[in-house]
Amino acid sequence: MQDFSYQRPAALTAAIEAFEQAEDGRFLAGGQTLLPVMKHRLATPSDLIDLAGISDLEGISIAGSALSIGAMTTHARVASAAEVHDAIPALAKLAGCIGDPHVRNRGTLGGSIANNDPAADYPAAVAGLNATVYTDRRRIAGDDFFTGFFETALEEGELITRVEFPVAAAACYQKFDDPASGYAVVGVFVSRGSQGVRVAVTGATPCVFRMRDLEAALNRKFTPETVSGFCVPEEECNDDLHATAAYRSHLVGVMATRAVAAITDGEM
Amino acid sequence: MAKKQTVSFTLNGTQVDVVVEPRELLIHSLREKLQHTGPHIGCETSHCGACTVDIDGMSVKSCTVLTVQCQDAEVLTIEGFEQGGELHALQEGFTQEHGLQCGYCTPGMITRAYRLLKENPSPSEEEIRYWMAGNLCRCTGYQNIVKAVQYAANKLSSASA
Repeated sequence: MQDFSYQRPAALTAAIEAFEQAEDGRFLAGGQTLLPVMKHRLATPSDLIDLAGISDLEGISIAGSALSIGAMTTHARVASAAEVHDAIPALAKLAGCIGDPHVRNRGTLGGSIANNDPAADYPAAVAGLNATVYTDRRRIAGDDFFTGFFETALEEGELITRVEFPVAAAACYQKFDDPASGYAVVGVFVSRGSQGVRVAVTGATPCVFRMRDLEAALNRKFTPETVSGFCVPEEECNDDLHATAAYRSHLVGVMATRAVAAITDGEM
Repeated sequence: MAKKQTVSFTLNGTQVDVVVEPRELLIHSLREKLQHTGPHIGCETSHCGACTVDIDGMSVKSCTVLTVQCQDAEVLTIEGFEQGGELHALQEGFTQEHGLQCGYCTPGMITRAYRLLKENPSPSEEEIRYWMAGNLCRCTGYQNIVKAVQYAANKLSSASA
């Protein structure tokens, strides 16, 4: 790992100040992606600003009809929190299937979505539940947050503070995971709420996206059979050693069908 | 070069100080500076779990934690399990149930299983497999590893009953 300076500020303002003073600073959340990336020298920051000392960034609360989760809240905490199980059980289930128990003990919501790995799970929940991402300077609609392959709407030095997930009437996340890493080969998050149906797909393409044509069809008729006939073209899918593009394209339909079926059967 | 920092934490109940560059991984401090060579380096890419230690009551892969992140933490490694010459129930279980072949993954397995049994003292086989998913055994000895954890669960629950 390349040499860097490390600091652990106790307040958000101090973290932002440290970032501004750094030559090439990076915020460190749980480190479950950033540290491996730094080992490969794919990231070589001059300064790491550890956010673990800022207690305001951690925690889960109900805010009106939404669930608010602090950026530094670990996957393990989201997976086990009673508030999450009560409000959005599909979100607890999603958090509980990220990586493995050790990774979930360190990895955080904010770190995951800021990284926007094409095979990460949380982006599917942010897009699939119409969440709002709050930062140190503004709020960003979930639909506008993920902009491309490992790209987000975050500006230089912008720090996620929390994410608000509206409580959906029903939701389900179905994932076909890579057995070694736990990453989603394909994951589909379906929610059904007052604003209609949402279908968000992760793992299949370079960036999470919503299947709006399928959403429209499911708004008319919410049955597993409706999913057939909608697909993500093979040409748009990722093709790597884990799965071919054709396989991923097929899996999207399978996972979406399972998610809709689980919701109609009341098994969430 | 970034300035070295002194990091203080509790290691198996004893206060330790270690001087490290910020980039040093916890597994390297444990093995090379603190002579705790129980936690192993298997993959160093946070896949295998051979380096599993317990930090503040949570199983963690010490190849994916910086030592500087451990200031004031409570760290438990396999060296902390035996008490007064007596093996911990998990160590005994791995012996009795032949829960290891080459033994390379065993320190991580036992450290992980310890936290699992703290959180769930009588897990089902399915639960053991789910909650041990971060630890790999390349001798493919999972069957007996599950039995070893069950052995320890039974022993610990009968001891506390």
